[in-house]
Amino acid sequence: MNAVFEVERLNKTFGGLAVTQAVSLTMAPGDRVALIGPNGAGKTTFVNLVTGHLKPDSGVVSLAGEQLNGMNPMQRVQRGLVRSFQVTRLFPEMTPREHLALAVLQRQGRTGRLFGTFWSMPEVLEEIEALLRTLGLEGAADHKVAEIAYGQQRLLEIAFALALRPKVLLLDEPAAGVPQSETPRIESALAGLPADLAVLMIEHDMDLVFRFAQRVIVLAAGTIIFDGAPGEVTKDARVREAYLGSYADDRSAA
Amino acid sequence: MNANHPASVTGQVVKPRFSASADWIGLAVILAASVVGNLLFPNNLALLTRVIGIVMLVLSVDLVTGFCGVATLGHAALFGAGAYAAGIAAAHFGISDPFAMIAAGAVGGAVAGLISGLVVLRSHGLGQLVLSIAIVNLFHEAANKATSWTGGSDGLTDIAPSPLFGVFGFDLWGRTAYVLGIALLVIVFFLLQRLSRSPFGMLCRGIRQDPIRVAAMGASVKKTLLKMYIISGAVAGVGGGLNAISTQVVGLDSLSFTLSAQALVMLVLGGTGSLYGAIIGTVVFMLFEDFVSAANPFHWLTIMGALLVAVVLFAPRGIFGTSAQLFDQWRRR
Repeated sequence: MNAVFEVERLNKTFGGLAVTQAVSLTMAPGDRVALIGPNGAGKTTFVNLVTGHLKPDSGVVSLAGEQLNGMNPMQRVQRGLVRSFQVTRLFPEMTPREHLALAVLQRQGRTGRLFGTFWSMPEVLEEIEALLRTLGLEGAADHKVAEIAYGQQRLLEIAFALALRPKVLLLDEPAAGVPQSETPRIESALAGLPADLAVLMIEHDMDLVFRFAQRVIVLAAGTIIFDGAPGEVTKDARVREAYLGSYADDRSAA
Repeated sequence: MNANHPASVTGQVVKPRFSASADWIGLAVILAASVVGNLLFPNNLALLTRVIGIVMLVLSVDLVTGFCGVATLGHAALFGAGAYAAGIAAAHFGISDPFAMIAAGAVGGAVAGLISGLVVLRSHGLGQLVLSIAIVNLFHEAANKATSWTGGSDGLTDIAPSPLFGVFGFDLWGRTAYVLGIALLVIVFFLLQRLSRSPFGMLCRGIRQDPIRVAAMGASVKKTLLKMYIISGAVAGVGGGLNAISTQVVGLDSLSFTLSAQALVMLVLGGTGSLYGAIIGTVVFMLFEDFVSAANPFHWLTIMGALLVAVVLFAPRGIFGTSAQLFDQWRRR
């Protein structure tokens, strides 16, 4: 397999408590993987270790064959490891168009420019327009983010990440807080993600996980207890015990 | 959502939210105001020139505080460094050409901006405020001690700028200094307008709103802020240089905590995050101060205090910010 993202035996302890133990995973371009686990399983720690916000005690993280250990979060993003946030982190006074302009310019290394505006850069405007169209955000493009619906903000989070053209995208609960009526839009946005992009989604909503993922990884007490097809996960005894509980029973009964 | 918004029509050319004509109107207003100032205070052009110098300082505070969200109570360090750089260039090195002195001021300010930025940006929030105060006090003390260069508490004198373009001398009436000040303000304002809309300006606004998001898109928050501190220093330095040329003396008060705090107050009065707010706040504060202190020498500070309380309570976005907001609401109706 041609791996784009590899995590090998990642370990982290906080004051004697092992929060991440020998976690390994490999992803190829185009993979759609869901990372699930009960509260306190170590999902957030795992994300922070991978993005460089925490330093692992041991283990290796590599992206497209390049070791990321020792790189700061910024350098990792520049290499193509991009994350979205569980609670949207956007610029409330900027419009979606300005957000995407900023992301595109950042990717092109042009955010240091002191003169000129993106309005006079046709190729940037075209790329923004295409992203807005893909995510159905054209109608909200020129309203301040503080004034647009939360569902649209979530779509903008995804668009913002895509504008950076990542190789690997970590989506932290992309549908969290979105009203039921708007989740189909998020789901179709996820379904429309670039085919060659490797996506690791951390998610609680099991329906979304089953629809999105080709592969599910279950984390419990800092270790991977399951890594396989979504169809298998509910049948796995350890997973049922650690996490799914009644949900697994409901699904297998159905 | 508003589906009829022009941006939603595919294929249609999308127009930016600002227009170039508004920029020219802004510059025209500055020029018109300077002519009016000349007519209203023909015998007090020195005051108006000082206002312009301080406008540069307040614009400089606005760049780091209003645009980037870094609080500072030590920005006079940048202004004073510019004033001393221009003054020392003239008094000790014989560089008396006004443009060269302004350039020395800009460089001095930028270097002070770099030093301040390197220290202040190591901390966050309240820590930044404390470090900025420490910086301005250190600069003040350094200037006080280095008497052979700065004249210490007597001030730096022997600053004799040569005539502008070799023709227009800096006389007692202060007309040349005033015109020079207006020209510099127009240039600085024009450049900062462009800066605020540039990719770099957008990145700075992003940092003010959410630095973590900016870092998560792979941009360096610290480097960006440091760059802005240097630019801000150059702007304050131009103001300091202008002040040195206009008054032909540089005193320790140009490096004081008081001036730093006043600059922040002027910015809040006018409205943070907008270049117009910085200009309006300074002009209102300084002219009001001049007028009130002459009209009522005993209670003028009380009246200044009351004005500030009124603005903060009833126009929390400052004079310009609140006016712009009201205008926007009126237009939307």
